[in-house]
Amino acid sequence: MNRRRSFHRCRVVAIVLLTASHATRADDDQRGSVAPLLPKYQQECAACHVAFPPGMLAADSWRRLLGNLPHHYGADASLDAATVNELATWLGANAGTYKRVREAPPEDRITRSAWFIHKHDEVPGAVWKRPAVKSAANCAACHTQADRGDFNEHAVRIPR
Amino acid sequence: MTNSSLIRQVGAALIAIAIPIGAHAATPADLQAAYGALAGTPAAPDRGQQLFTSRHGREWSCASCHGAQPTQAGQHASTGKPIAALAPAFSPERFTDAAKTEKWFRRNCSDVMGRECGAAEKADVIAWLRTLK
Repeated sequence: MNRRRSFHRCRVVAIVLLTASHATRADDDQRGSVAPLLPKYQQECAACHVAFPPGMLAADSWRRLLGNLPHHYGADASLDAATVNELATWLGANAGTYKRVREAPPEDRITRSAWFIHKHDEVPGAVWKRPAVKSAANCAACHTQADRGDFNEHAVRIPR
Repeated sequence: MTNSSLIRQVGAALIAIAIPIGAHAATPADLQAAYGALAGTPAAPDRGQQLFTSRHGREWSCASCHGAQPTQAGQHASTGKPIAALAPAFSPERFTDAAKTEKWFRRNCSDVMGRECGAAEKADVIAWLRTLK
């Protein structure tokens, strides 16, 4: 009886550990540090901003963004049709599917996603307005490895 | 005029002035000459500087992102991302690809002026940037 109970306890521990490791992986997926970036995406999109990992945004959002590049958050980011198609295919295939990324955020902005707001809830409002930060979209201001798709907290250095 | 037809015209102008053209074969002088040939007037560096540093009834000038002296790195006005110096003497890859040059003139003239730039304006801007050493 005692042996059976301790076996059961082991099984519970194992399930908890497996669940935890799965949750960690899902969390990493959410932050999109896995997929290697399409060179064309890097070339065309990372000229003006960090190459946002495709997994940070829902497929619906990417589709709308790619369909409206001449009016891209206040700037003309127009591209030729062949390039738009190539990027749309890749972004659609690598869009976020994790539960909190699956839904399109307001204005299709990563920075207005519930998960983004939650992850940054300890950052004081004034930090975002510092000249070295300028915008919540300027990931690389604090995430020093952002250009490599690495958003790990350990690499965060908030500029003064 | 569509973008691809303009790129073809710039390409044709490059060939017309006997410059070998490939995807990355152009020089800033080639591109200035090609735009100048399309415009039918010689480029004026001072007009290029004026265009570059002035606002044209909108929020941004070219200098908002590239800096008034584009011999140094600039910073994107909305995202804050660093932008390599635009003057070719300081960034040798600038103005060496006709299609890329057309793409950025199209986008940035649209943001700064609300319209595409003409061939004369593009020649003027390149001419001014080439004077920066």
